[in-house]
Amino acid sequence: MAFYVPYIAVVALILIGLYAVVFKRNLIKIVIGITFIECGVNLFLITLGYREKSIAPIYTSSPGGIMSLPVPQALTLTSIVIGVAVLALMLSLVVHIYRHYKTLDARKIIGGDEE
Amino acid sequence: MSGMSKIVKTITSIAFPFVMIYGLYVILHGHLTPGGGFQGGAVVASACAMIVVAFGSIWTMKKIKENQLSILESIGAIGFIVFAFLGLIILFDNSGIFFKNVFANSVYLFGQSVEYASTTANINTAGTLPLMNIAVGLKVIAGLFVIVLVMAYASNKIKERGD
Amino acid sequence: MNGVVDWLILHSPALIIAIPLLGAFLTILIGKIGPRIRNVFVIIIMAITSFLILLLVNDVFTNGIRTYVFGGGSTSIESSYAIRILFEIDGLNAFIAIIAAILPIVAIIYSWAFMKEHTGLDKYYTLILLMTAGMLGMILTGDLFNFFVFLEITSIASAALIAFYLDKQNSIQAAFKYIVISAIGALFLLFAVALFYGQYNALNMAVIANNISFTFIDKIALVVLFAALAMKAGIVPMHMWLPDAYGRAPASITVILIGTTLASLYGLFRVIFTIYGKYLFSFDSTQMALTLGVLIIILAVVTIVIGVFMALKQNDFKRMIAFAAIAEIGYMFLAVGAALSTYTFERGAAIISASGQMALKGGIFHIFNDALDVGLLFLVAGAVYYAAKETSLNKLGGLARNMKYTTVFFLIGLAAVSGLPPMNGFASKLIIYQSMFQINPLLTIVAILCSILLLAVFVKVFYSVFLGPKLPKFSGVKEVPKSMLIAMGIIASIIVFIGLFPNIFVENIVTPATNALQNATSYIGGVL
Repeated sequence: MAFYVPYIAVVALILIGLYAVVFKRNLIKIVIGITFIECGVNLFLITLGYREKSIAPIYTSSPGGIMSLPVPQALTLTSIVIGVAVLALMLSLVVHIYRHYKTLDARKIIGGDEE
Repeated sequence: MSGMSKIVKTITSIAFPFVMIYGLYVILHGHLTPGGGFQGGAVVASACAMIVVAFGSIWTMKKIKENQLSILESIGAIGFIVFAFLGLIILFDNSGIFFKNVFANSVYLFGQSVEYASTTANINTAGTLPLMNIAVGLKVIAGLFVIVLVMAYASNKIKERGD
Repeated sequence: MNGVVDWLILHSPALIIAIPLLGAFLTILIGKIGPRIRNVFVIIIMAITSFLILLLVNDVFTNGIRTYVFGGGSTSIESSYAIRILFEIDGLNAFIAIIAAILPIVAIIYSWAFMKEHTGLDKYYTLILLMTAGMLGMILTGDLFNFFVFLEITSIASAALIAFYLDKQNSIQAAFKYIVISAIGALFLLFAVALFYGQYNALNMAVIANNISFTFIDKIALVVLFAALAMKAGIVPMHMWLPDAYGRAPASITVILIGTTLASLYGLFRVIFTIYGKYLFSFDSTQMALTLGVLIIILAVVTIVIGVFMALKQNDFKRMIAFAAIAEIGYMFLAVGAALSTYTFERGAAIISASGQMALKGGIFHIFNDALDVGLLFLVAGAVYYAAKETSLNKLGGLARNMKYTTVFFLIGLAAVSGLPPMNGFASKLIIYQSMFQINPLLTIVAILCSILLLAVFVKVFYSVFLGPKLPKFSGVKEVPKSMLIAMGIIASIIVFIGLFPNIFVENIVTPATNALQNATSYIGGVL
């Protein structure tokens, strides 16, 4: 049973994130929702590489026993780096939206300068 | 943000070099221990972010310009690609390949080969990997720092205009 | 001399990605010297990249599948440790790469005059080159995780570029919408990649395609991949970001955005036909191919109808073209879905019927034509905006008197996008209509009707923008500068050329692409 806990957490994180993106009106909360989804996916990748009682795959002379897979960790790291860039871009766009509309409520951010 | 109280400023001044050195350690030992360019760069950038929080973005903007950071970031990125190109250019016969680790097991810097089953890590190994770690670290430091700095500065401007 | 060319061809898959990346970061440094030198530098970088793409494409069409492993090592993969960054180029990649060779260079030439009055152009060109590198990476890569990384690079760069007009509320809003949609789409793509990795211990497309056994988890992965990539390609229930992003971005950016959308569409075809190809078209699951085909047809018809009807009611020039672009994507999707639904099982192998073959050919051909036609129309819309500073159709009028060349280019684009002879759109749409008539006549009727409506839409635009009395407001309007005319001229001449000689194009370029699409075994054989 304990083996499944991370997977339950993955599903929970992704669903909470989706809920926030779909139902929340505040733009900051939407951004937080996306980071939730990202955390869920990253946790999923890390969990895939985990082996019980394994050691970190960095030794040249291993003390014996199984190592956890390094590939998912590398993938997760890449995905975290990309996540930082996306997060920074989204937040700076939110700053600009706030400057134009003076609100972060998605319902009030309609129309624009041309119509 | 025009800076916080004197206590915060003093503690920041004391903590800053330690955080900085730890981050640089993580970057330089990226090929031996967990970590590398991005992780170490993020630690150093968080030290810089600490400065922004404690001393205020306007004070920091006076010390270092957004433009200089963006040039630093470009240099980091160019460095990374140039190290990747070295694999092509140094071996201009058909054995060269993009991203090939030409410095590993050679006479150049970081060129020693890893001894089998050694218990101590040797920093002078792994070829182009440490160099790439340094380039990525430079890019991440400059990139994250400029993000924090510009965001703090912009929100400050919005607040200043009274809305 | 010959040695250098061989060397270039050998390393072209890596250089195609590396040169725009290097150029992107050098642009910031070179921009300090002066704007003129920077513009020339960017054009040279992009010209080299396009030249390398054409070399690679030529090599693939003559010598077959090419693979390139980053960091060295053998190209073949042993089944146990299949982790390396590997580019694999077959006929389909090569075909899409031609589009990616044309669009960015045209956009950069166009930007020379179009963006001249704006500040922050160093970063603008940097982002354009990054976006191009990301798009090319998506097209050439043979690795699913790599595909995700390049997708994210493209999304980030294009979101920043959509928000280029920072002082306009609408462009910021469009960019935010785009980045939210892209981030969610890319994360679900990553989730599907993780599902594959957990099962097959591989990230390489060919290895996954070889090992796939269509378990329940694979079905989930197919749904997730389909939804994520269809969202990025702008298929209708998930299209809401597209008109905003296309309409609000600078026209030069929109042209490259079309390329990225088509790269996502390519990813979708690669997933369906190659990764799931081995199982989907085997004996016991031709039913599955039929189900998928019907689903795609339904989505495609909805896409075409909604795209055309939304285009009818738009008042904004660029938004109208954006909806027309959605409808055009529907045509490719329709053809591919129809081809999928005709798979039958005969003599021990799943084969596609002759009409299905033709539909596939038309659909793939239309990808190329759509990129050029819609791209040309967006460039014309950008030129009108540049000259008259106005995009609302109600306020524009009588521009044909002062902008002769632009009017001609608009007429070419109009004819091409609504499928009139002798333009390229006619060639591909005729193939789609013919084959579709054998599969299901009703679909042909819908397709032709919508195409006629599209013509009506653009005739209306032509009348309200270019014809009519001379308005005093626009009496000072002049023809746009040369660089913009050259950019439009390049695309227009390719359109007319393909329209006049479609057979050369279909035989030499489209047929290898459709063959590669149907032949998953040869793609797998390129690596294993």
